[in-house]
Amino acid sequence: MQQGAAAGVAAQTQSRILSVANVTKVFNGDLVALSGMSLDVNRGDFVSLLGPSGCGKSTALRLISGLMHPTSGAIRWDGGKGQGDLGVVFQEPTLMPWATVAQNVWLPFRLRGKTYNAVKDEVLETLRLVGLEKFLNAYPRELSGGMKMRVAIARALVTRPRLILMDEPFAALDEITRHKLNNDLLDLKAKIGCTIIFVTHSVFESVFLSNRIVVMAARPGRVIHELTVDQGYPRDEEYRTSPEYAAYCRSASAALHDAIGEHA
Amino acid sequence: MTLAEPAEQAVTQIVDAEELRRARARRREKIGKWVLPTIVVILTLYFWDRICVWNEIPHYILPRPGLVFQTLINDWPILFDALLVTLQITLMALTVAVLGGVGLAVLFTQSKFIEMSFFPYAVILQVTPIVSIAPLIFIYVDSKIAGLLLCAWIVAFFPILSNTTLGLNSADHNLRDLFKIYGATRWQRLRFLQLPSALPYFLGGLRIAGGLALIGSVVAEYVAGTGGIGSGLAFTILEAGYRLNIPRMFAALFLIAATGVAIFAGLSFLSHMLLRKWHESALKRET
Repeated sequence: MQQGAAAGVAAQTQSRILSVANVTKVFNGDLVALSGMSLDVNRGDFVSLLGPSGCGKSTALRLISGLMHPTSGAIRWDGGKGQGDLGVVFQEPTLMPWATVAQNVWLPFRLRGKTYNAVKDEVLETLRLVGLEKFLNAYPRELSGGMKMRVAIARALVTRPRLILMDEPFAALDEITRHKLNNDLLDLKAKIGCTIIFVTHSVFESVFLSNRIVVMAARPGRVIHELTVDQGYPRDEEYRTSPEYAAYCRSASAALHDAIGEHA
Repeated sequence: MTLAEPAEQAVTQIVDAEELRRARARRREKIGKWVLPTIVVILTLYFWDRICVWNEIPHYILPRPGLVFQTLINDWPILFDALLVTLQITLMALTVAVLGGVGLAVLFTQSKFIEMSFFPYAVILQVTPIVSIAPLIFIYVDSKIAGLLLCAWIVAFFPILSNTTLGLNSADHNLRDLFKIYGATRWQRLRFLQLPSALPYFLGGLRIAGGLALIGSVVAEYVAGTGGIGSGLAFTILEAGYRLNIPRMFAALFLIAATGVAIFAGLSFLSHMLLRKWHESALKRET
């Protein structure tokens, strides 16, 4: 926790891009999905929301994405939220099956009225980043699960958003693909310098990817711990097998255990 | 390495008994799909002909298939004109049904209130038998063509409406969220998300509507009755019946059935061409 405080001070010097201030969301008048959540997200952060199901992590993401509005509290974008400031990746790849890979990646621009030719370079460049430049004319059904997820990531990245929200994007993939995509995600983040909020229920994934882990508990959904993973990037397979990684996993597990144990 | 190579060779050539059986079954199925119906048709025609001869059935009761075929050729000018009329009504009704069905479906998905207000009437229109509405229609509508068109449209538009509505509403939920997050307008959501999602459903409805438009136009013509200009195949059948010209009845009947099959085949082909790139229904699968 000492390390956490130090990193927190360091984070203060960075610019904040989003603040979630005491946000509560109540469904149907009595189901408290999220209670008093506060979170400041700084430029370049990789924040993981970690917790059991029902802890409100997906609700938090939907609130930040603007799909829902808080019952009380506020979500503020520093400098205002502009078009293309936000990218999202869901648990499912959520691609349009009738459109090619390139057309799927074009979508965020298309919805802003840009023709394909006007943004062709961005689309191709982003597909190159995720390693799918050869598949731009393929249809989603021709791709494997991991490749579909890469297309979804490319679509989220194509507008070079300030913030990317990811809702358990790799949960449905096999372990090998998942590791590969974890590594690639960190590479991508380093290349384009975006900020990511990542929902997961995997301790190992959160420790590998993030510099901040927000541990949440259920009934009512709320934040109970925040851990800092004070380990620089790039992180690679060496980090995955290091004693530091194991130590962070242990403390994250303990925090998660707290979250589950309270109601178990 | 030297040991492994012959072994690999052997593996590629091994086709086990099960695979052989499956390959044989596939081949049989492929041939049978064409050969079996053909044999059935030939046998049917043969026994039809023989039964007429054995029982000395007169041609004004049951004509032999050869005579029907001959009538088809001899009466071709009359039959062809009638076919054109029926075909024209059917295709026009189908076109109007597509415009009306898709238009209403889009309207319904844009406003829940419009759907709540009008959907029950679409159902009532559908479940009321066309034969019972047609006489009224011909009382109020002066133009015979317009009356026929109206009848055929009433029958054909419902499957398009209900299927397209279903399709527009079954766009992937996450994709809807995504469109919302990216600030899509109502029009963009319709154009880029809902219409493509609805396409397979619409095409399914279209195939049903094609057959129904033909049925609608034929039934309406039976009700409309009187001949004169613009008489289709149904009237040809009625008229031939009055004159006990049974072979011509059969010939006209054959043309109606052939038209129905042609419409179905055409629409199936259209559906395949539009969906073959992405939709499950049009994909070839390896077992």
